[in-house]
Amino acid sequence: MNEQLVAEAPGRRSRTAATDGAPSIDVRSLTRRFGTFTAVDHLSFAVGSGRIFGLLGSNGAGKSTLVKMMTTLLPPTEGDALVGGVSIVADPASVRSRIGYVPQMLSADGMLTGRENLLFSARLYDVTANERKPRVDEALHFMGLDEAAGKLVKTYSGGMARRLELAQAMLHRPAVLFLDEPTIGLDPLARLAVWDRLRTMRLEFGMTVLLTTHDMEEAESLCDELAILHAGRLAVSGTAAELRTALSSTATLSDVFAHYCGGTIDKGGVFADARSPRAAPPPVTDGGGAS
Amino acid sequence: MSLRKFCLQTAAVADVELRKLVRDPTELASRAVQPVLWLTVFGQVMGNVRGIHGGPESYTVFLTPGILAQSVLFSAIFYGIAVIWERDLGVVHKQLVSPAYRSALVLGKAFAAGFRGLVQAGVIYVLAAAMHLPLAYGPLPVVAVLGIVVLGSALFSTFSLIIACVVKTRERFMGIGQVLTMPLFFASSAIYPLDLMPPWLRVVARFNPLTYLVDALRALMVPGSATAGLGGDVGVMAVVFALLLVLAVRVYPGLVR
Repeated sequence: MNEQLVAEAPGRRSRTAATDGAPSIDVRSLTRRFGTFTAVDHLSFAVGSGRIFGLLGSNGAGKSTLVKMMTTLLPPTEGDALVGGVSIVADPASVRSRIGYVPQMLSADGMLTGRENLLFSARLYDVTANERKPRVDEALHFMGLDEAAGKLVKTYSGGMARRLELAQAMLHRPAVLFLDEPTIGLDPLARLAVWDRLRTMRLEFGMTVLLTTHDMEEAESLCDELAILHAGRLAVSGTAAELRTALSSTATLSDVFAHYCGGTIDKGGVFADARSPRAAPPPVTDGGGAS
Repeated sequence: MSLRKFCLQTAAVADVELRKLVRDPTELASRAVQPVLWLTVFGQVMGNVRGIHGGPESYTVFLTPGILAQSVLFSAIFYGIAVIWERDLGVVHKQLVSPAYRSALVLGKAFAAGFRGLVQAGVIYVLAAAMHLPLAYGPLPVVAVLGIVVLGSALFSTFSLIIACVVKTRERFMGIGQVLTMPLFFASSAIYPLDLMPPWLRVVARFNPLTYLVDALRALMVPGSATAGLGGDVGVMAVVFALLLVLAVRVYPGLVR
């Protein structure tokens, strides 16, 4: 199916991510309000099975809130999303067994070994006792962590810790993997290693990946499709090439980002939000850019 | 709900918490200092005050279960800070995104906190033996004391988890924790008997779970001491723990919102 670049009106369903067959993620007019502030405003889009989908947006655009809703950490105020074919509103418990999640911070437990971290995840995800060891061994091997498996994670480099977290998230073979800025703080080599593993995971296990990022290079080279959020709304979506070409023949992805989000430089983030990536997004009063 | 899954998940959470505690026992070691001071300094001095009890040794015997209860309280009540720290690292997010039962996540943490209490109990028994305090050192009362300590630790750590879910930041938690611990301690029978309290404080103490923890420990550790009844104490603590557990399971997911 041909993909078509569209600038999105609130509540309008993105056609750029339409795919063959049932989508792995189907977001339907998803909305989240905190008091009078609307963090995510009637967002709709779909991500096809086996795709890597990137969410871009300035601080406070609604990315984290959206991911929290799709991972069942936060109930939506309105709307729904099907993740792996299951409603996050009607059956969040079933959604949780179908997804993997890697948070922004390096959250593998430093006081446990790599193997212990993986075994813990396997136990939480009800991987049977017989399957636990082979799955853990396979995941360690896949991520190139065989030799470091018995060492405490606090001795790992950032890249190793991130690969371990990817291993944790894939142990139970999720249909959809959510990654919150997966390569933030990593050196270029570690970043390339993570990208490489993500591509291979997608090919070998056919999982759909949704990631948030501020890294334009990551968005361009890793993601099949992109969406830019602005003030809780879907400003635009499409492939990186489509987004660039639509703006101008010489435009970079950074230019596209600035075009849709540039108005928030002075009004978008607040200090508290920048300090704490998990703080509730601040109100963004600027309405420019989404047309 | 599958009971087997619930038990396995609870054990998994408790297991990793215990492994971490064993690998870094700094906190346990530092917390052992306080009971030593209370028993060797406070107990010896206050035992000479007329009207409290009959002499330094018998007061120190009276005090020992109270200090064990205090150690359990102080160790467990700040457990929520670790949970807030885990939230900031994304660990809580990861666990809540897993299909594990929320109740298993909370109960596993409570059991792990219970283990901390066991270490405190060990320190106090060794200290009491070194001071030749005439406590009940038989296997049955000691095992029963350890069970009560686990229950008390689980109760107060779950209470701490609830506070963490409400206040959400370490700074606020430190303030609230300080505000709560001393009133809980002083409004209990840990360091003086209830009949020495003014009537209003006696009423407050009746609603304080620490009073029942102290009373149960005293009944087991100091044979012949006047207590309200072990069965009643355990019953009250079990009911309070169950209520706190239900509340904690409800508020825990809110920590990441």
